[in-house]
Amino acid sequence: MNAHDGQTGSASPGALAPTFIEFENASITYGRGERAVQALAPTSLKVSEGDFVALVGPSGCGKSTILKMVGELLKPSSGHVFVSGREIGAKAIRIGMAYQNPTLLPWLNIRDNVMLPLKIVPPFRQEFRSKRKGEFRDRVDALLTQVGLAGFGEKYPFQLSGGMMQRANLCRALVHDPDLLLLDEPFGALDQFTREELWAIMQDLWLSKKLTVLLVTHDLREAAYLANRICVMSSRPGRILDDQIVDLKRPRNIDMTFQPDFVALNQRLRAMIVGARGGTGIVNHAPGTA
Amino acid sequence: MERVVEVIREKGASTALIIGFFVFWELFCLMANISDILLPRPTQIIAALIKFWPAIWPHTYQTLYTTLVGFSIGVVIGLLLGILIGSSKLAYDTAYPLLVGFSSIPKVAVVPIFVLWYGAGTVPAILTAMIICIFPIVVNVATGIATVEPELEDVMKTLKASKLDILWNVSLPRSMPYFFAALKVAITLAFVGSVVAETVASNRGIGNMMMIASSSFNVPLVFAGLFVLAGLGVALYVLFSLIEYRVTGWAHRKTDLAAT
Ligand SMILES: Nc1ncnc2c1ncn2[C@@H]1O[C@H](COP(=O)(O)OP(=O)(O)OP(=O)(O)O)[C@@H](O)[C@H]1O
Ligand SMILES: [Mg+2]
Repeated sequence: MNAHDGQTGSASPGALAPTFIEFENASITYGRGERAVQALAPTSLKVSEGDFVALVGPSGCGKSTILKMVGELLKPSSGHVFVSGREIGAKAIRIGMAYQNPTLLPWLNIRDNVMLPLKIVPPFRQEFRSKRKGEFRDRVDALLTQVGLAGFGEKYPFQLSGGMMQRANLCRALVHDPDLLLLDEPFGALDQFTREELWAIMQDLWLSKKLTVLLVTHDLREAAYLANRICVMSSRPGRILDDQIVDLKRPRNIDMTFQPDFVALNQRLRAMIVGARGGTGIVNHAPGTA
Repeated sequence: MERVVEVIREKGASTALIIGFFVFWELFCLMANISDILLPRPTQIIAALIKFWPAIWPHTYQTLYTTLVGFSIGVVIGLLLGILIGSSKLAYDTAYPLLVGFSSIPKVAVVPIFVLWYGAGTVPAILTAMIICIFPIVVNVATGIATVEPELEDVMKTLKASKLDILWNVSLPRSMPYFFAALKVAITLAFVGSVVAETVASNRGIGNMMMIASSSFNVPLVFAGLFVLAGLGVALYVLFSLIEYRVTGWAHRKTDLAAT
């Protein structure tokens, strides 16, 4: 049972749902010998299944590094990372990933771009030949419609604006029904209004699917709008300084971002990151911290 | 409409330049009274081309044959090596210096070796054509494959895509514009290779024909040989440009839009 099936009430399923991602003193050191740089200090973190967690922190603190570890692109230098109850690499879960750079393939139209994961990920892979013109096509078109790209399937990436490409990128990350979605500043390069529209779309997608999301962002409003939990990180080597529960009801909307409690949350987060950037790494835990 | 005017202007200018070049050549020879033993006039060359065509044709066929066979083998080897070097850091680091070393050897210098191994004739010409066009293809394909965006690679890896999946769906299509750019260079180079080999060690082919013609002071025939080579080179270049446009049109679409 998914805690966020109920669209109102407490936003955090943490207490009920099983742990989906677990970091056990996991650290990352890039390079060797004298040039070694510890990007991430030993970190422990638990994310429950179906949760939506945002990572914020100063630039270079290791947010993308954390995503890469969860996405099995990097192995921890020390400690362990468990995804879906096992150490990474042990069990095949489906992962979707989207970066700030949409990286659509210029030689494929939008529909074929979005379909790419179906060509690669089992069990879709086996049925790709027989279903690409039928079921899969409908599936992609439905997703495109959901993000406001209905009718753009035949277009090529260069015919789309940056915002539209980013919508397609999001579709590509979701088309294979991932259990886990990793987002690294996906809306970072977009204008304010497109971004806010995509927040709403992202929230709807998350509410309608059973998936866990890790979102890296520099936009504190974005983090507070979308996430159930916000992890604030220190500057390098990154540590998790604070873990805020965002206790706002869903579905959230833009008006809520101007409410006093939302603004207060934002100010608290901001103060913490400013403190972290100062290099002291010492933060006054603001009152009300969960 | 504007586009049509544009094309006419572009093509018109280059056609005019080519015609102007030959007219100038013709007039220059006439006015300066240059003997056709030194520099025949274009009309004399065309006349020689027509007159000797039955004799020229087998040589043309031979040169085209060795060039295309050498080129095809070179393309296959170049493509495979390019894929290998572009997709593996280890292969890149180990093989690249060797490749650069090979490519800096003047290819004419290897012809005697091929002759030593295979005797004079068709095989050295094919091998020379092949060896001369491998390098540009390897370098271009390797570049196309090695420069896939790291973000895209991450996306593919989180999908648990195998190396082959990534190669087939991302790296190879992406390197096609580089590959075709290299093909156009390689086909002209392949002609250089086969003709050089024919000149040195063969009794057939345009290169050989030109050697014999020049030793009997049939200078118009020598130049007729040059014309044939230029014609073949241009024809194949155009052919690959057309194929390139069909296969890698996506890489040009932006400029297309800008031009309309
Ligand atoms: N491949 C690498 N080799 C060496 N150092 C690296 C590498 N990748 C990242 N780093 C270092 O690790 C640290 C953390 O990098 P990471 O990309 O995780 O930061 P980030 O929090 O995502 O930053 P940003 O918010 O600017 O994207 C940085 O200081 C960076 O210099
Ligand atoms: Mg980052």
